[in-house]
Amino acid sequence: MSPAFLNFIEIVLNGLMAGIMYSLVALGFVLIFKASGIFNFAQGVMALFAALTLVGLQTGQVPFSHLINAIFGTELHHWGSGLHTVLAILFTMALMILLAWVIERVVLKHLVNQEPIILFMATIGLAYFLEGFGDLMWGSDVKVLDVGLPSGGSLWWEDVTRTWVTEGSEYWGMYIDRLDVAATSVAVILVVGLSAFSQYTATGRALRAVADDHQAAMSVGISLRTIWVIVWSIAGFVALVAGIMWGSKSGVQFSLSLIALKALPVLILGGFTSIPGAIVGGLIIGVGEKLAEAYVGPLVGGAIENWFAYMLALAFLLVRPQGLFGDRIIERI
Amino acid sequence: MNMHYSSAGGAHRDNLAKGETLLQVDNISLSFGGVKAIQDVSFDIKKGEIRAIIGPNGAGKTSMLNVINGFYHPQEGTITFRGKERRRMRPHVAAQQGISRTFQNIALFKGMSVLDNIMTGRMTLQKRNMLWHALWHGPAQMEELEHRAAVEKIIDFLEIEAIRKTPSGRLPYGLQKRVELGRALAAEPALLLLDEPMAGMNLEEKEDMSRFILDVNHQFGTTIALIEHDMGVVMDLSDRVMVLDYGRKIGDGTPDDVRKNRDVIDAYLGVSHDD
Repeated sequence: MSPAFLNFIEIVLNGLMAGIMYSLVALGFVLIFKASGIFNFAQGVMALFAALTLVGLQTGQVPFSHLINAIFGTELHHWGSGLHTVLAILFTMALMILLAWVIERVVLKHLVNQEPIILFMATIGLAYFLEGFGDLMWGSDVKVLDVGLPSGGSLWWEDVTRTWVTEGSEYWGMYIDRLDVAATSVAVILVVGLSAFSQYTATGRALRAVADDHQAAMSVGISLRTIWVIVWSIAGFVALVAGIMWGSKSGVQFSLSLIALKALPVLILGGFTSIPGAIVGGLIIGVGEKLAEAYVGPLVGGAIENWFAYMLALAFLLVRPQGLFGDRIIERI
Repeated sequence: MNMHYSSAGGAHRDNLAKGETLLQVDNISLSFGGVKAIQDVSFDIKKGEIRAIIGPNGAGKTSMLNVINGFYHPQEGTITFRGKERRRMRPHVAAQQGISRTFQNIALFKGMSVLDNIMTGRMTLQKRNMLWHALWHGPAQMEELEHRAAVEKIIDFLEIEAIRKTPSGRLPYGLQKRVELGRALAAEPALLLLDEPMAGMNLEEKEDMSRFILDVNHQFGTTIALIEHDMGVVMDLSDRVMVLDYGRKIGDGTPDDVRKNRDVIDAYLGVSHDD
């Protein structure tokens, strides 16, 4: 194989794995949108909050230490060497479930039967609240998250691919980040698990029922509020996974909440109501972005990655507004 | 055909004898803004009977069903179900207490298979809550099998074996109505509310549906309240008929009584009352 072709493969592979990371965030949006028709603007911040909490527990930070120190003049910062990673993840998950419950109690419960735009505004408020709350609880400095996932380029893969090249040409092998591979595996497990849960359990059936028709779901005895707590908990779990992956990749910092914006074009492409759509949409955006950067980028001075996804989504909206897998909206007149 | 419900549920058994009052509606008034949908209506439903609610379009029939299953909360009046008076009940609680229903415009889960649709009907009979089901798969699966067996009996009963895996949204209208009845039956309800179960059906489908309704009533002793426009069907099926017009009750009694009632005849023929 020629080096140019191997380069192409490398770009596509990296694009696919970058795409999976987008899909992880988009997945959280889809889950909530399907079950309640709410576009949850806070999904990105939930990922940030989960990652912050995880690092905090792992390193033994005292929550709200700045606040406590400011009020009582103490010098608190850490209470010990921190929890084991597994324990920290479990506690973080418990906190995300608690968060889901509180959101239902404090916000959603009072907004039942309101217009979608009202609920959307509420989630914007929630996003800002959660961002501030996370800051207050764990501090605003950039943190390193290490849950033991492998990172760095895979030397083995470089060696393997180096032998694929045509004799005599100069080629140093493909670069693949092991963290990306780990993230991809986790994402695949997550998606398969979620699909199995939704298809083969009674709770999953109730979730699908609510997503399909609220009124009918209530009439067979499904409590919408219970379902919402469950859905937001699952979205919290997905946020935690996304937070771990993104946090391991680029550190836990407040710009993490902006990955939510990257999920938007993914959703437009895949359709707001489709889990496979979120995956495929993420992959298309990831690959498209990397290919455009590599082949079109040099012609226009680079930085295509920053806007390519949005242009693609815009073009897509004109052709297929419901997305690749979304439910077709037919307005009856 | 003899069908026994599984032991999984039994949630909605009560010790009322046939003919005792199952549901008592007293002085219900319901309005939306300035529109008075129901005005001071009282009636009862006795255990084991088929009770029809009829009336011209806009008379408040569906509103009355919505009040009974908790979709609407009346401004005035009380509802007593199985001896317990209730306040502002939510629909899923009504379902848990044994009130199942179908809808005028069919509210099936269109993306789900017929089997899954009817399985959702078993929701109120699950012994353990949803979170438990989500976390412990093994025992939940055992319970799931019991419910599955009960659902298969309902599928048999309604003669819809051939379509059990079909997404319900793809079925013809008449079959969708039948599946919706199946979902309501799956809950083993103490009171089954049917909102125009035969609307839009052809004669053959109407005959099938009538037979199913009678069978449900006879074999399982299920109390049924139904809204229907087809007078022939109503008079044949029901034990007692209540007539609503402009939100008010204008007649109540056996089909024969109602047929002779002057107000009812006027309401249906549109005759003015000043003669």
